[in-house]
Formats: sequence, C-alpha cells, structure tokens
Amino acid sequence: MTGPEEKQRCFVERFMAHVPHLKRLGIGFRAFGDDWAEMELPYAEHLVAYPESGVMASGAIFSLMDSCAGMSVLIAAKRFEPHATLDLRMDYLRPATPGATVIARARCYKASKRVAFVRGVAHEGDPDRAVAHATGTFMFTAV
Amino acid sequence: MPDARWIDALRNGPGEGSFTLPYAATLRLTYVREPSLVITMPFNDDLIGSPGRLHGGTVAGLLEIAALATLGLALEPGDTPRLKPVSVTVDYMREGKPVATFAAATITRLGRRVANLRAEAWQDDPARPIAAAHSNILLDRG
Repeated sequence: MTGPEEKQRCFVERFMAHVPHLKRLGIGFRAFGDDWAEMELPYAEHLVAYPESGVMASGAIFSLMDSCAGMSVLIAAKRFEPHATLDLRMDYLRPATPGATVIARARCYKASKRVAFVRGVAHEGDPDRAVAHATGTFMFTAV
Repeated sequence: MPDARWIDALRNGPGEGSFTLPYAATLRLTYVREPSLVITMPFNDDLIGSPGRLHGGTVAGLLEIAALATLGLALEPGDTPRLKPVSVTVDYMREGKPVATFAAATITRLGRRVANLRAEAWQDDPARPIAAAHSNILLDRG
C-alpha cells in the first residue's frame, strides 16, 4: 500500500523523467521537505570534463543544482507554476571525485510573489566536504 | 599538463571543429576560431529543460566552455596550467529557445594565478544575449 509520500515521490520521478535534459545527464530525484529538494547525478563517462583526470564537468554539476534549486522553489512556495532561473552562482570548492555520485540539496529560504531565493550544496555524501556551494534567484514567470 | 591537450588542438588544429572532451561532446559543441573564438551549441531535443525551453544548465555549460577555451588560447603556447573555475555566476536574461545557441568570452583580467572572464550567449541576435556569465578561473601550475 503506497502512502501519500510514496505517491508524491512517484509523481516527482515520473515528472522528472519527462524532462529531456535531466534524462540525458542522468539526474535523479532523491528526497524533498517543506522547503528543500535533493537530487543526484551518478558519475558517467559522458559527463566528464577531461578524460585524463576523469573529473565530472562543472557544467553538469551546475545543471544538477539548477534543477534541484528550481524544484525547491516550487516546493517551498507551494506553487507549481512556470518559473525560470534569474541568476545562479556556483562556487567550486573541490573537484568531484571520479566515479562518485554527486548529490545536490537546495533550500528555498524565501519566496515572494515574483522572486524566490535559494541556497544549495553539492557533495558526495558529506555536506561538510562539499564539492560546490550555490546561491541563486528564480522568477515566477506567469505573474 | 595532460588536461591541456584540448587547448593545443584548439590552437594548432583546424579553424573550426567539434570538441572531443566528453561533456562538451554531450552538448555537441562546435567552435570557430577566427576571427575570434565562437562556440556553437546546436539545438537538440535532449537539451530541453521545460516545454520549448533549453535547460539553464546547458547554457551555463556552453558559457563555461567558451570561457575556458578563450582563456586557454590566450595563454602562451607551452604555458599549460590546469584551468580551474573557482566561481561562476550565470545571469539568465531571455529564455533559451529551441534553436542553436552561440557563445563567446572576453578576458577582463589575466593575472599570473587567476583570470576573470565574461562570457555571453545569444541565439538570434548577438546584441540580445540570452545569458551571461562571469567567472574567476584559477591557473594552477602545480
């Protein structure tokens, strides 16, 4: 018997499965809460920046964070409305470990009528040894 | 530095071509080197992030590669530090339509240890960019 949380998870996963670029990169849904969302990006050869080092490209991590942050906005504002990234800043603290899944958690800490504010962390299982920190703003585009 | 082979290929190879770097190849990026470097991300369905719109991350990836390539080409041949983005801020100005996107970067400051660049992405009109990025990139010579 699937409870409401399980049904929500199924819905989110099916929703994300229809976003072509998420499918292409392999971005998956992990969890969500009142004002946050968590997604993951498993390591894959086609995401690597330089074959010699095998490190995942920062652009792929940026995409992970962008999607995760966008979802946190919808969740926190409880508004499933058209939205778009206004700006997103990533600070890269350390290179991702070749082979590791990168996890992003983003929290929307403020949502007003038109703009929402997000902070996020990308890591490999230990947020205290983060790969990157993110700060971003999003717009609701239908208002 | 082994990671620099792609810069050598960009500098000494044909005036236009595609990238063999895996992530750049995933975005299907191509380049034209003269008169100045312009990177193209052709449209493909797998770049879509929401109906009729490019995923913001694809534009960020394009901008970052434009910046890294521009920076790599600006260094002296034989000077091959690892280019490590420290911070990248992308401003999204217009929605990315399902058409080709172009990007070019300028170096605002090239220091010994760090470089600051600005990159812009456009689709129909270079004077109406869809996004811009400024980045600080570390030049790691070991």
